[in-house]
Amino acid sequence: MSSSQDDTATSGASQPAASAGAALSLHRQLTEIWKTGPGWQRLAAVNHSVLGIRFMVTALVFFGIGGVLGMLTRVQLATPMATFMEPGTYNQVFTMHGSIMLFLFAIPMLEGIAVYLTPKILGTRDFAFPRLTAYGYWCYLFGGTILTVSLLAGVAPDSGWFMYTPLSSNVYTPGINADVWLLGVTFVEISALTLAVEIVVSILTMRAPGMSLDRMPIFGWYMLVTALMMILAFPPLILGSILLESERAFGLPFFDPTRGGDPLLWQHLFWLFGHPDVYIIFLPMAGLLSTMIPVLAGTVLVGYRAIVVAIIGLAFASFGIWVHHMFTVGIPHLALAFFSTGSAIVAVPTAVQIFAWLATLAQGKPRWNVPMLYVFGFFSTFVMGGLTGVMLAIVPFDWQAHDTYFVVAHFHYVIAGSVAFPLFGALYYWLPLLTGRVAVYRLSVPAFWLIFVGFNMTFFLMHLVGLLGMPRRIYTYPDVESWTWLNLLSSVGGFIMTIGFALAVIDLLAQIRFGRRVRRDPWKAATLEWAMPIPPAPYGFASLPHVETRADRLAVGEIAPALARGEGYLGFTRHGWQETLGVHMTTGAPEQLIVLPRATYLPLWTALATAAAVLSMLAKLYWLTALMAAVTIALFVFAARMAGFDRDYGRMPVGRGVSLPVHTEVVHPPAWWALVFTLVADATLFTSLVFGLLFLWISAPNWPPNGVPDTDLALALAAMAALGISALFARAALRALVGRRTPRLWMGLATLALLAAIGLAVVLIAGIVPHPSAHALGATAAALLTFVVVHAGIGLLFLLTATLRLASGHASPRRAIDLRLARLWIDYTAITGAVAIGLVLALPALVTMLGMRP
Amino acid sequence: MLIPLAMGGMLAGCTGPLSTLAPAGPTAGSIASLWWVMLAGATALFALVMGLFALVMLRPDWARRISPGRWIVLGGLVLPAIVLTPLLVFALLTGERLLPRLAADPMRIEAEARQWEWTFRYPAAGGAETRGVLHLPAGTPVDVVVTSTDVIHAFWIPRLAGKIDAVPGHANVLRIEADRPGTYQGLCNEFCGVGHTGMRFDVIVHPAVEFPASLAAAAAGKVQP
Repeated sequence: MSSSQDDTATSGASQPAASAGAALSLHRQLTEIWKTGPGWQRLAAVNHSVLGIRFMVTALVFFGIGGVLGMLTRVQLATPMATFMEPGTYNQVFTMHGSIMLFLFAIPMLEGIAVYLTPKILGTRDFAFPRLTAYGYWCYLFGGTILTVSLLAGVAPDSGWFMYTPLSSNVYTPGINADVWLLGVTFVEISALTLAVEIVVSILTMRAPGMSLDRMPIFGWYMLVTALMMILAFPPLILGSILLESERAFGLPFFDPTRGGDPLLWQHLFWLFGHPDVYIIFLPMAGLLSTMIPVLAGTVLVGYRAIVVAIIGLAFASFGIWVHHMFTVGIPHLALAFFSTGSAIVAVPTAVQIFAWLATLAQGKPRWNVPMLYVFGFFSTFVMGGLTGVMLAIVPFDWQAHDTYFVVAHFHYVIAGSVAFPLFGALYYWLPLLTGRVAVYRLSVPAFWLIFVGFNMTFFLMHLVGLLGMPRRIYTYPDVESWTWLNLLSSVGGFIMTIGFALAVIDLLAQIRFGRRVRRDPWKAATLEWAMPIPPAPYGFASLPHVETRADRLAVGEIAPALARGEGYLGFTRHGWQETLGVHMTTGAPEQLIVLPRATYLPLWTALATAAAVLSMLAKLYWLTALMAAVTIALFVFAARMAGFDRDYGRMPVGRGVSLPVHTEVVHPPAWWALVFTLVADATLFTSLVFGLLFLWISAPNWPPNGVPDTDLALALAAMAALGISALFARAALRALVGRRTPRLWMGLATLALLAAIGLAVVLIAGIVPHPSAHALGATAAALLTFVVVHAGIGLLFLLTATLRLASGHASPRRAIDLRLARLWIDYTAITGAVAIGLVLALPALVTMLGMRP
Repeated sequence: MLIPLAMGGMLAGCTGPLSTLAPAGPTAGSIASLWWVMLAGATALFALVMGLFALVMLRPDWARRISPGRWIVLGGLVLPAIVLTPLLVFALLTGERLLPRLAADPMRIEAEARQWEWTFRYPAAGGAETRGVLHLPAGTPVDVVVTSTDVIHAFWIPRLAGKIDAVPGHANVLRIEADRPGTYQGLCNEFCGVGHTGMRFDVIVHPAVEFPASLAAAAAGKVQP
């Protein structure tokens, strides 16, 4: 979005006016700027309210699809020796039930909630990267569609939602079923990762002025911790999927035990993601509860600081306990005891939250209404799931219960019950915000009780059938009396629950259509999302508040009219800009004027190109994949080329007597922090890869390989040197630009150095012994060097973008973000590249040390 | 609220050929005891938390007298510490006792999994081999060496002991022991493809003195030339 109107910086600002007429005129001006167009232009939407609702509605549709699949399994299991489904069909159905519920419902739903609510609760007008939100949405929709269509075509993934290899390898699953999962889910994961970065950066840099971190409503903390966990948890799974897909497609044996790989490596990578994922799903729901419960009890949250500490502790702990999914794979018992203790200790931060909620209810005057009913539903299911969780953390018991219906019961209590109940409670609580209508409560109560009774009937009985020895993932069972009636009752319960959910959805739709209109906050809440007319206008706040206390105890009724009259920050329009404020990370002092991009079809086109790359990969048309990947990259560069402004503005008034620089002219705009957190994710992926190499070296069968790697030392050192030199040139280029000299020569030299590094790394890959398809050692060396090539290649793209933007006047000594980003990326590439190439050089020594293998 | 009701149902229906709650060996026995202890504790804790929830909803005046800090410290820190510490110690000791290392060099049997059947070999009995049926001596600890030739499976005889995975490229050892002669059932407990459901095996436990002869007879009948 290049806006180069020639007005002077200040003349566009109108004085705040106090009359209602002024509020209406401000509303019209802002709406004109922020609105999403009608008809086809809806596809160009980048507004967080629009996209947040799309995420949530799409997630609910997938919840319906996943629910139907779950019901199909209950039909099949209702009676012994049923012939309703073939085993092959059943395998697809249960695999897709799990995959859809976790990847296409739970995570996108929490993203939708984050996108819709977070900016409103934090008192800002939108997220930092609206086009990225839109791209993330389209990737999710297309990835989810690919998975769903594969189900209709009968080629859906069928190896279980955690895709254990070798079952999911091309030897035992030769069709495209597993490829659909690996590519489709990775597609959705990458969208989730981009959103996680956006959530973190937005929470840290875009809040209402004055909202220091310790004044942030607790919901902000929950979302911040969740998104940080996503940044650290998704990379191991993305790496695992890339490695498994390259084993399937190109024969690189990372997990094949006959060629030096190890199927357990997949399990470690999967559960390194999979366990934190449980908390990634749960924490936002706990955030909703911590926001709703005080309001429903008419009081403030008890133990704000204790909860913040608890969720940070929970986040740390959740990364240290993934092995409790692997108690039966043959890991030494004392090692298991460590993970067992860690898993049990997770009960502490969880109990802190539970008792903080109880204390909050105790301090207030809780009202029994529909959201509170769901809070009750949550309490009972979550406590039950937590208790069975502690049982499963006890190693000997897990040896019996692992992979039985006891586990199925447990995780449905913790991630179905503990998501569905808070979620539906939250839908009832926040629907007035979305629609401007309050509920009629005719169907709500019976719907809740049907869900509650049905849920417990379905899943409680599964504990018993599991203890009676019924394994999960069997498509039928002989007529063992004790299993038969329990399964039948579970299935009946499932249908009761489904009817309950259907009624709840009808009830919510009825509320959207027929609810009584309200204009403002129906709950007497005290957070900023209610300090706006409901349903919210596309710009959210007509002006931004200044926060002087903790932002979950605000007098919303007084703030809202003043904000609508434009008495806060940015209560005016200028240049047709979508403006909001950037603040200091911890203190919340206003630091920059952020101008956001307007509606554009670019995210849609980019996501379509990405989807085409994924589909061509599925069709094994790799030349087309390369082409479509290139188109995707070109669209990203194209989008970056137009971002920001082609002139300097200096400081601009933002209201309340404050003047701030535009985000293009500060050293660390949101884009800088986005790259920082992207690199954190990338470093996690790199660390996982190094962990993979060391894991294979320590524990994989069929080591050492026949050939000993003999990397050309001179070439390897030259590649490291080229990376280091390119980093120096990139720094010189930045210094030149900031010092008002031309950086072009330095940028050219940096480009040449990166090209040299890529060339050297490619030569090294070609010379790897043993051949990458012959042994996992060679495959891992190839993966490390490919990592270097890809990162150097992305470094070239940063330099290309900077060159284009210099040429078009978008970069200047004051607008030097492009070269700052390039410098940061190339520094990172040089460091990880040195580690990667160093490891490849160290491989011969590692192999000779194999005698020391435990 | 469902727990007491369900507990009654469970006690009545604990039996079954694959029930972990009808143990027929020392390992399954101690894990079943562990389960009953944990069930009692979990029931009490569930009742406590839901009771507190009912109290704060129905008798807020009483609940308000407890200070917020006390709620969090007692419920969030003290309660888990009291419950978890003894449980973890007890579980660690139980687990250590069940490991295949204490008894002096028991008999080894090899269990090899492949899609979708089990092959058992008895090195101590001159390499005898049986398919789909595992023969064991009663009252004698046996180490089962579990391997796989294709995908991951899991070896599980619920009434005798916990399970262990059969991972290709790795050999895992599980200590099992059956108290009395009889026929038991075992199954694959890790999803392994379309034949997973049917990947079961029988376990025939012979009186210890008759075991060599019974095994020889069984192997002679089953082993192909």
